[in-house]
Amino acid sequence: MGAALRRHGWSYLFVLPTFALFVVFTLLPVVQAFVLSLQSARIVGGEFIGLQNFVTLAEDPVFRQALGNTVLYSAVVVAAQLTLALIVASLIQPLGPRSQTFYRALFYLPLVNSAILVAMVWRWIFNANPYGLANTVLGVFGIQPLLWIGSSDQALAAVILSAVLTIPGGGVVLYSAAMGSLPRELYEAAEVEGAGALTKWWYITVPLLKPTTLYLLVVYTILAFQVFERVYVMTNGGGPNNATITIVQLIYSTAFQFGRYGLASAMAVVLFIMAVAVAVVQFRSLRSDVEY
Amino acid sequence: MSSIRRRLPVHLVLLAAGLLSLFPLYWLFLTSLSPAQYVVKVPPEVVPRELTFGNYQRLFDTTPIVRWLVNTVVIAGVITAFHLLFDSMAGYAFAKRRFPGKNVMFWLVVSTLTVPAQVTLIPVFFILRAIGLLDTYPGVIVPGLADVFGVFLMKQFIQTLPSELEHAARLDGASEWQVYTRIILPLSKPALAVLAIFTFNRYWNAFIFPLVILRDPAKYPVQVGLATLQGEFNTDFGMLMTGAAVAAIPMIVVFFAFQRYFIEGIRVGGVKG
Repeated sequence: MGAALRRHGWSYLFVLPTFALFVVFTLLPVVQAFVLSLQSARIVGGEFIGLQNFVTLAEDPVFRQALGNTVLYSAVVVAAQLTLALIVASLIQPLGPRSQTFYRALFYLPLVNSAILVAMVWRWIFNANPYGLANTVLGVFGIQPLLWIGSSDQALAAVILSAVLTIPGGGVVLYSAAMGSLPRELYEAAEVEGAGALTKWWYITVPLLKPTTLYLLVVYTILAFQVFERVYVMTNGGGPNNATITIVQLIYSTAFQFGRYGLASAMAVVLFIMAVAVAVVQFRSLRSDVEY
Repeated sequence: MSSIRRRLPVHLVLLAAGLLSLFPLYWLFLTSLSPAQYVVKVPPEVVPRELTFGNYQRLFDTTPIVRWLVNTVVIAGVITAFHLLFDSMAGYAFAKRRFPGKNVMFWLVVSTLTVPAQVTLIPVFFILRAIGLLDTYPGVIVPGLADVFGVFLMKQFIQTLPSELEHAARLDGASEWQVYTRIILPLSKPALAVLAIFTFNRYWNAFIFPLVILRDPAKYPVQVGLATLQGEFNTDFGMLMTGAAVAAIPMIVVFFAFQRYFIEGIRVGGVKG
């Protein structure tokens, strides 16, 4: 009995530092975010106001704009990322191990850089001047220079393009790891039936990769919901007429520039619910998963 | 030989995609090394005619970039060191030990993995304000120790280790702490390497949290510093790209040195960016 107690004591000691920090700086803050979202918290003071913050958000055109931009950005970027990752991984798959290693590294290298730094480069590429690189590329095709991030019509497109034009290296690595462990038998059977490479890819590889696809879908979507640095840097935090404003950008400015912590917390709760909804969808689809 | 010829189109497509992905980085370094008149040249020159370190000289002379880099190394380094210790301890307990409440604790930890960090930003800001840690290094570092990705990673790895060595060590009279330090830690080196690389990279690149917590520019990590350069040098893209280049170089060096750990980390721990 004493020995068991001592052993448990050690177990709790091992998890204590992490768990205590986790409770104080993650678990309680999540709860606190919900509590704050029901308060009129400002720089000083605040009281319980029920769902008033959420009513305010529902009626606020800027928040609706932020919500719409975030969803549009996420839908386009995630669709592009999944497609690109799948295609690139499929192209890498038949190559030798050394080529595979080389390409995985090549596609991962751009991703070790910070979002700030990457956004600064894209801001430079999409600047409205004739010497902007994006405008030079357009010029090659005989198209007049665009205002890009300087225009309320084109700013969001520039932000989305900047994200789409990067090969998602993490997705490539995960897809190619998953492809390496697919069963050979199905392919052999298909070959006996005379199936071509593209047919095998579409009817065998893509369906079998469903678990990886779902995982990436969730992770990339939740990451895309959090888009902030790109907007903060490329368009000075929202662009002309809030053309590029996103939820996180609005949380940041509402809380830390205008001191309306309760209202910003309500936005954070909306973001939380969006993330949980995506994760739940994944969980439910995984349960009806293909077995092989 | 014939296989190389057959695969040549595939290689060409992949190389083109890779170069497109890397191009912004190339453009960043090229702009930073170009004399001012070339930066605003129409059309821009993709292959340089003349290079200079003038922007770098100006950057080091007029901005606290070195201070920011040192701050970043300290902040990311301290966070990484603590994560290596705490995450391996907790990962070991969750993987190998049996104790009441273990499943509930682990479930709680894992269930927050998908919570966007911005959800906790305001409450954590309030906590730090209440205990007087706003605008301090500990204020940036301590909340960074609460993320649980590493616990998950270490648990996944440690549970693949055979338990015989632990049992043998206990029979030889090793204490529980010695089992952890002499058996578990040495066997976990590959996972610890992955964790170190990932954590350092993550906190090297952290932005919104230090932006909110720190006020004094002398305490800024380099990412926050870069964002303030943008206000100062607004359209001086030569200077801005030089600042970005200086912030990029350390991570690129780390990547080339520890490339396989990055790739391994994604495979074990999933995508983090």
